[in-house]
Amino acid sequence: MEAIDYAVPNTVKEAIEILSSKGDKARILAGGTDLLVQLRGGRFSLDTVIDVKNIDALNTYTFDSSKGLEIGAAVELYRIYQDPELSEMFPGLMDAATLIGGIQIQGRATFGGNLCNSAPSGDGIPALIAHNAVCNISGPKGDRQMSVEEFCVAPGRNAMDNGEMLVSISVPIPPKGFGSNYQRFIPRNEMDIAVVGVGTSVILDDSGTKFESARISLASVGPTPIFVSDAGEFLAGKEVNDDNIAQAAQMAKNAASPISDMRGTIEQRKHLVEVFTRRTLVESISRAKGLEIQALWKFTSNTEGEN
Amino acid sequence: MANVHVKTTINGNPVEYLCEPRQSLLEVLRDVLNMTGSKEGCNDGNCGACTVSVDGRIVNSCLVLGVEAEGKTITTIEGVATAEGLHPIQQAFLENAALQCGICTPGFIMAAKGLLEQEPDADEERIRHWLAGNLCRCTGYDKIVRAVMDAGERMRAK
Ligand SMILES: Cc1cc2nc3c(=O)[nH]c(=O)nc-3n(C[C@H](O)[C@H](O)[C@H](O)COP(=O)(O)OP(=O)(O)OC[C@H]3O[C@@H](n4cnc5c(N)ncnc54)[C@H](O)[C@@H]3O)c2cc1C
Ligand code: FES
Ligand code: FES
Repeated sequence: MEAIDYAVPNTVKEAIEILSSKGDKARILAGGTDLLVQLRGGRFSLDTVIDVKNIDALNTYTFDSSKGLEIGAAVELYRIYQDPELSEMFPGLMDAATLIGGIQIQGRATFGGNLCNSAPSGDGIPALIAHNAVCNISGPKGDRQMSVEEFCVAPGRNAMDNGEMLVSISVPIPPKGFGSNYQRFIPRNEMDIAVVGVGTSVILDDSGTKFESARISLASVGPTPIFVSDAGEFLAGKEVNDDNIAQAAQMAKNAASPISDMRGTIEQRKHLVEVFTRRTLVESISRAKGLEIQALWKFTSNTEGEN
Repeated sequence: MANVHVKTTINGNPVEYLCEPRQSLLEVLRDVLNMTGSKEGCNDGNCGACTVSVDGRIVNSCLVLGVEAEGKTITTIEGVATAEGLHPIQQAFLENAALQCGICTPGFIMAAKGLLEQEPDADEERIRHWLAGNLCRCTGYDKIVRAVMDAGERMRAK
């Protein structure tokens, strides 16, 4: 790795000043689990890394039962999934946080870094989209907000302009009748890049028999994570039954535009989108109904052959 | 680029060093501090051979910058045994023949310690899941998992 400078600002303002003055020669270091690998691999050359973990707004998360969850962009995944209060309320986020990398990676990696790295395969992104999360961005021209589904624009690229940075991610309090789930297909049990990933969430009516709304988002089947808004809109107001779930899964499959590569073919990936949309909807529904959660982060389920 | 002066705590001792910002914590440990117990397998976060604990949390030291250690409390494999002898995890690895070439061993021991100190009663499934970020090319993992389960038993008995 070539020589670099290291900056540790204490405020967002200072970080933005460095980012603005250095252009693409400076990048933010959160957990470094993407950045340091890419820098070493020669993907880009930098003269400064900006460690943002000394900035309070980035290194803390706050949970307020009226305002929701605000995750600082540099909060490590393990801090989120270790908090039992959050895991009950944001199950889809917990699914993603516990399957990104292994325990060592989760000690460093962040939702913010996952999002800003903007890989089509980022496991955190469909989960955030399913949870209707919003990016809080600051830059030289001030602050702005953007929904997570608008954030990624191309592989490794996002809607932030020069000098802008992600400060935090806001996740609304899930309403009554809410359930969410993220699952991915990988050939191994752990530590791999998603061949396909699907995040879904549902809100059911009081009787638990009708969808009030649903959100479906896909990873690894297009140049960016894909938000399949029409499949969610289709489910709104419909009965909770196999037929409607299957139709939504078909719509998700149609929205996928994968490539064939070493991890999977177009046909396999499209098929998997359908299967995993169905599976995650079924799991989201069962969570919405308050049934017992079978998930890694509960440390109860058998992870062997889970996929 | 200018070297940075870093003050940190490693295995209970205050340590100061100069490093370049581009150097990983692993490089600093091995090349600057001559603590070669932490191994480099992949240098990209996949193998776990470089596992150390930073403020009580296990991480891959190849994916931490040496400069990030400022003010932190770090434990490496060199800090695991005490004057009284080997740590129960080390003893269990020996007695269960949980290593062959040994390159992966410091990482596995640091990872297992991170788990068992919090959850000495972790079961096999939990242990296998926890150790998914550590690779071993020799043992086939089974003896490692048995050793960690055995170590858990020893630690519970204490
Ligand atoms: C062994 C291994 C396994 C992995 N497994 C998975 C996996 O299963 N699933 C998965 O999705 N990913 C995986 N990853 C990739 C990576 O761990 C995740 O994408 C992680 O969430 C990145 O977070 P980070 O904090 O480490 O990001 P960093 O590496 O610190 O940053 C990533 C990028 O975002 C930019 N950035 C970070 N924070 C900000 C900010 N606040 N504002 C603006 N830009 C910012 C950085 O400059 C950099 O370009 C793996 C990586 C490794 C090494
Ligand atoms: S050397 Fe750090 S994970 Fe392999
Ligand atoms: S003992 Fe050789 S790699 Fe594990």
